[in-house]
Amino acid sequence: MSNLNFLLFGIYPYIAIAVLFIGSWIRYDREPYSWKADSSQLLDQKGFRLASNLFHVGIIFVLCGHFVGLLTPHAIYHAFISTANKQLLAMVSGGFFGVLCLIGLVMLLKRRLTNPRVRAVSKTSDIFILVLLLVQLLLGLATIFASMSHLDGSVMVLLGDWAQSIVTLQGVAAAEAMETVGIIYKLHVLVGLTMLLVFPFTRLVHVISVPVKYFARNYQLVRQR
Amino acid sequence: MKIRSQIGMVLNLDKCIGCHTCSITCKNVWTSREGVEYAWFNNVETKPGIGYPKEWENQDKWNGGWIRKGDGTIEPKIGGKYRLLASIFANPNMPEIDDYYEPFDYDYQHLHTSPEVKHQPTARPRSVISGKRMEKIEWGPNWEEILGTEFEKRSKDKNFDNMQKQMYGEFENTFMMYLPRLCEHCLNPACVASCPSGAIYKREEDGIVLIDQEKCRGWRMCISGCPYKKIYYNWKSGKSEKCIFCYPRIEAGMPTVCSETCVGRIRYLGVILYDADKIKEVASTPSETDLYEKQLEVFLDPNDPAIIAQARKDGITDSIIEAAQKSPVYKLAIDWKLALPLHPEYRTLPMVWYVPSLSPINSAVESGNLATIGKAGVIPDIRSLRIPMKYLANLLTAGDEEPVARALERLLAMRAYKRAENVEGIEDLQVLEDAGLTKKQADQMYRYLAIANYEDRYVIPSGHREMNVPEAYGEKSGCGFTFGNGCSDGQNGVNMFGGKKVAKRDVIKTVNIG
Repeated sequence: MSNLNFLLFGIYPYIAIAVLFIGSWIRYDREPYSWKADSSQLLDQKGFRLASNLFHVGIIFVLCGHFVGLLTPHAIYHAFISTANKQLLAMVSGGFFGVLCLIGLVMLLKRRLTNPRVRAVSKTSDIFILVLLLVQLLLGLATIFASMSHLDGSVMVLLGDWAQSIVTLQGVAAAEAMETVGIIYKLHVLVGLTMLLVFPFTRLVHVISVPVKYFARNYQLVRQR
Repeated sequence: MKIRSQIGMVLNLDKCIGCHTCSITCKNVWTSREGVEYAWFNNVETKPGIGYPKEWENQDKWNGGWIRKGDGTIEPKIGGKYRLLASIFANPNMPEIDDYYEPFDYDYQHLHTSPEVKHQPTARPRSVISGKRMEKIEWGPNWEEILGTEFEKRSKDKNFDNMQKQMYGEFENTFMMYLPRLCEHCLNPACVASCPSGAIYKREEDGIVLIDQEKCRGWRMCISGCPYKKIYYNWKSGKSEKCIFCYPRIEAGMPTVCSETCVGRIRYLGVILYDADKIKEVASTPSETDLYEKQLEVFLDPNDPAIIAQARKDGITDSIIEAAQKSPVYKLAIDWKLALPLHPEYRTLPMVWYVPSLSPINSAVESGNLATIGKAGVIPDIRSLRIPMKYLANLLTAGDEEPVARALERLLAMRAYKRAENVEGIEDLQVLEDAGLTKKQADQMYRYLAIANYEDRYVIPSGHREMNVPEAYGEKSGCGFTFGNGCSDGQNGVNMFGGKKVAKRDVIKTVNIG
């Protein structure tokens, strides 16, 4: 196992996760005024509803798919579905929602770059994160084509092993699992980890603030001074 | 019964001259920042007109306020909790900046730096959002000033509903009035209800509705929820902002900036005691036209000993109760029923009320049979007034003309009575009786409406901030007011790096004095 491979897939994940948690914590605690979705809907709404909904619905499904797909232990899902079929399911559903997300993302990126008002108020990080998402999405969609040459689910199992080794604190085993997978998968994982790394420093933080508490609270809120 | 107090406002439209001093002073103090140039916490509209933002009163278009469902409960018109959160990615009911106006400035510097040219150099407009040249300004914060724009566009005004509006487009029948608008600081605010983050709240002590800037996540639902469109999205900070009723001034016993600077003395500020337990029931009143009368039932008589006892039990200080007894808002809105709420049909139970405007007499010269009231003989009857009653009723009482007529009658009766007294030298009590007023009420009305002394208009108890601080010495040399992360060391009690909070002095316990 090369040192680089160990660094990128055995150590880098922990750095990224550590920055994600500690960075978000510091920002939430010290800079609450900066914690926001940072919407630009006020400035331009042409095609915005379609674009934003496509993007968000797509990406939420894709993210949930990754969590469930990567972190479910093999023994558990074997009770319901074979490895090969699971890969097929991932390719089809992930491909469908990935394309929805891609359409929305391209529309949003075009809007951000070409609408003079939105462009003027965009921070570098706003554009950077959209481009990073686009790269990651294209890499992810490209893995679908790469997977067509091995429909037995073997690569998927290796990636699952990697993710499960990471969350169970086995860096060496994780790096070993990644040793033999194709370059496209490796890039996809690396960009994904980088997104965790930059998460606290971009508008992505609004993901943490999904307002689920809204369901539980009264309509009216009264506070004392 | 749960008694709470609220600082309410009354605006006497009859005296508003549309000078915009309130808007300008408010802007200078609160919204002269990047991101909220387009936002006017206080603005003055010429009615009839579609207003600011465009057609804000048209809830078929914007879906603001509350809606009463079949089962008798109410929910925000933009949707219940599931529907509201489902539209969080792209709010379908949100105005665009062009519905307000694109904020602009002029290239004044060009006047200084222009080389010698054939024609006088000009300062051309430039968007303050994109920085780009704006060739033509097509809308502004007060585009319809004094009936600007053609009747065809102005008449989209929702208050023309159920009226034969075409005749008011004719020059002979045209009418206008000013409507200064600010946040209504509602008893049943739809913005609070529609905030997914729970960042907007109503203050218990004075009823001021505020947005916690550190909790706001910019989901933008409040902008749609508020039927008065008085919450604005700061495109720079990504947070919503609204009229704060100048709470730092109110806490210090001072009137809001818009009230303080009103040259026409049209604004009144005073305490109202209300029963918080009744809000839900009243806001769910089946008939829209009953909402005004029902809202009056929420308010409590501050002179009733039982109410005073209960108020004390609910933690209301004596200074607030005393202020409530002298409250000009109580007198105008509840005692004399001159002031009426703005669009009660939105079910928000607004707390900024309006005395309807009298207007010049209509076509008196040609008909020659002007109806007058009282012994004075020259004060016209309300039917001769130029502003149609139905229009005022659509604005103030969900279309019910009776309360508007009563208010106008009382305003005219007071004038007839005072004219008879001062010009003819006779006491005309009959005209007061016809309008349901006593002599004492009429004299007080004259004092409050015509003289309108400063100390009668603003009866504001100071906030007793010191009572909110458990240990005043600990606050000494502390941070005070911070915006964003001015000098705060976080908002949690736990400091992730260890050590003590810097914003507040740790009072060292030295000796116990037994």
